[in-house]
Amino acid sequence: MPTIVDPMIQVKELNLKYGEAQALFNVTLEIPRRKATAFIGPSGCGKTTLLRCLNRLNDLIENVHISGTIRIGETYVYDPQVDVSDLRKRVGMVFQKSNPFPKSTYDNVAFGPRIFGIRNSRLDEIVERSLRAAALWDEVKDRLHESALSLSGGQQQRLCIARALAVEPEVLLMDEPCSALDPIATAKIEELLHTLKNEYTIVIVTHNMQQAARVSDYTGFFLLGELVEFDETPRIFTNPRDRRTEDYITGRFG
Amino acid sequence: MTRFWRSGEPFIWLTGGAQALSLIMVAGLILLVMANGLGFFWPSDIVGLTLTDGKMVMGQVTQRERIPQPGALPGTADRYRIQVKVGNRDLYGADFVWVEEAKIAKRQTPRDAILIERREWGNLYGVIKEVKEAGSPVAQGPQAGWLALQARVPDATHVAKEIVRIEKKEIGAINYAQEQIRLRLKKLELREITSGPEVDRLKQEMATWQAKYKDQEAALARLNQSQTASVVISAPGDKEKELPLTQVVRAYRPNTMGVLAKTGFYLAKVWEFVSDDPRESNTEGGVFPAIFGTVMMVMIMSLVVTPLGVLAAFYLREYARQGPFVSAVRIAVNNLAGVPSIVFGVFGVGFFIYFVGGTIDRTFFPEALPTPTFGTGGILWASLTLALLTVPVVIVATEEGLAAIPGGMREASLALGATKFETTWRVVLPALMPSILTGLILAMARAAGEVAPLMITGVVKLAPSLPLDGFWPFFHLERKFMHLGFHIYDVGFQSPNVDAARPMVFTTAILLLLVVLVLNLTAILIRNRMRKQYAGSAF
Ligand SMILES: Nc1ncnc2c1ncn2[C@@H]1O[C@H](COP(=O)(O)OP(=O)(O)O)[C@@H](O)[C@H]1O
Ligand SMILES: [Mg+2]
Repeated sequence: MPTIVDPMIQVKELNLKYGEAQALFNVTLEIPRRKATAFIGPSGCGKTTLLRCLNRLNDLIENVHISGTIRIGETYVYDPQVDVSDLRKRVGMVFQKSNPFPKSTYDNVAFGPRIFGIRNSRLDEIVERSLRAAALWDEVKDRLHESALSLSGGQQQRLCIARALAVEPEVLLMDEPCSALDPIATAKIEELLHTLKNEYTIVIVTHNMQQAARVSDYTGFFLLGELVEFDETPRIFTNPRDRRTEDYITGRFG
Repeated sequence: MTRFWRSGEPFIWLTGGAQALSLIMVAGLILLVMANGLGFFWPSDIVGLTLTDGKMVMGQVTQRERIPQPGALPGTADRYRIQVKVGNRDLYGADFVWVEEAKIAKRQTPRDAILIERREWGNLYGVIKEVKEAGSPVAQGPQAGWLALQARVPDATHVAKEIVRIEKKEIGAINYAQEQIRLRLKKLELREITSGPEVDRLKQEMATWQAKYKDQEAALARLNQSQTASVVISAPGDKEKELPLTQVVRAYRPNTMGVLAKTGFYLAKVWEFVSDDPRESNTEGGVFPAIFGTVMMVMIMSLVVTPLGVLAAFYLREYARQGPFVSAVRIAVNNLAGVPSIVFGVFGVGFFIYFVGGTIDRTFFPEALPTPTFGTGGILWASLTLALLTVPVVIVATEEGLAAIPGGMREASLALGATKFETTWRVVLPALMPSILTGLILAMARAAGEVAPLMITGVVKLAPSLPLDGFWPFFHLERKFMHLGFHIYDVGFQSPNVDAARPMVFTTAILLLLVVLVLNLTAILIRNRMRKQYAGSAF
């Protein structure tokens, strides 16, 4: 484990069970501030599950049992006193399958700020800034009030990023954001990530080894619910400590 | 042969045939109703028939049919008869006669023949003998009489309308005000206040209204006396009838009218039909109150059924813990749609009218008892009964819509910090609107066509006033109302004069179809607009 000074997110001995089936075993890791951290690993190893613990989206599923602690900034995520809305506002999420609301582009981005009571001209400002931050502004500025569903797949995913940025989160969780996109759209989003990580703490799940190598500063490798190895990205890809990590990134694994 | 079967060709034919059959049945129904209904207002020529026995018949031919000849030898020539609307009910006793074609010696269309639609007793057919003013003749004979008549009818119609207006509006308002005062006095009496300043003031007010009533009565008398003109019509069979012109709705001579004039006349009649009050126990005049009642009832029903159905569906799918109980509830709701509508009517009477209405009366309107206010059939109770009848449709449609909303949409909203309620309100509900409207469209179609439960919960043959008028509180939800569906049943099967009323059955049916169509089209248009708003490829 690398030593990380003043981590943004601190996960300690996290265990999670869906009913009887355990999905996470004793996960402990620290995620640095204003860096991109990638989670890699084969399907079903618990990457999404861990991500959804960070913004408590697992609360929606019945029969989930969690032990251990997660701290984001100063907040203990599973503290019963925590205001879940506020937590989720601070910890934004972009999903694997882009999921814009069936509303206009503008209304999609404005959705979060409106929830928190922002109106009128402030709203215009936020929408423009978020769309620019998601590198989408130039493509949609002339049709802000048309249905978001008429955008292309890549644009929709960037719209989801803009929508998450509009509430000014501190952390951005991204669950395989490019898995449904073509290479050009993927490249655009990767480029975007490079600029975003100067301001946000980014956690990205990916199946694409090159992508993890390109965009992330730190990488965690998961296997069957366990965190096998966590280190700086160059190190994971050039000189992994664990045999299983090496097998996986060289493609010798499942 | 086997190959033919296996090719699937017969199945395609079968499906196509089934489709064609349903189309033919629907088109046939609409055509039948149109054919029977649309011709009703056309001013067909008046025929004058001289029969072989010397008798005269004058009127409009309404239908022609073969005379059944049971036991006739093969090869016997067919015989036909025609039905003639001869009107003059007060002179002849019946509006229609059948005439065998073989017995007609001469058939003419006399240019002098005139048709007068009267406010009472139906049509009058004949020839003008003279026009009188205050008992003394001013014009003799058909031609001079026609001119004199035309000069006087508009004035008489104006006066007649004024009389109706005074009777309905002015005197209606006075009656209403007096009734209110009487009720307030009764209320005071219930609190054992029978004297004092308040009672005096009310009695004073009562007297003012009484004076106003006297004024209006005098105005009515003046109006009645101002019109002294009358027309004398001679009809076949040596009959004569003197008719005050205030009794004339319209007089015309169809045999002298060209196609253009007849078309104009036709349109005027159609307009009268949709915009006027009924006359003569609903067999004449318009059906406006029935259109109004139908639309208003459907509106109130929609206002009630939409929130009720949507909330119930939300509970069933979003909040209730899924399990055998919720499944049972769901099955029960679905089966509710199959319960005969009259059963809902009975429930409406028992629960809404007797229980809820009775309680409201005892609590809020004790001064009016024993006359019920809400404890009797009315548009509110009828609408609520129909809302109950149609709520399963809305629930099912909403639930299906809820199931079709992608889970990702909810998660996206929650992940942005929205609460479950905000997610429901701002994301789920808007996306659900098309489904809700689909449910509402089905519910409205069902409700507009339903008659049985209405008959016992508030529909009447003739309602004295609309449930919406100029008197506070404007919406009178306790009032009885008229309904197109019931109107069809009433004129078709309850009318004393079935032959005269039959065309009304069809015209009213067309109208009911139109009302349902317009209501549905409106909803469909709204839904399509919403769909368009959300349209676009999902990926
Ligand atoms: N809602 C759920 N209920 C039960 N089991 C689940 C649920 N979501 C995920 N799992 C299980 O948890 C394990 C981890 O899943 P997930 O976190 O989605 O993996 P990954 O994102 O790494 O592919 C899998 O075995 C999966 O079957
Ligand atoms: Mg996953």
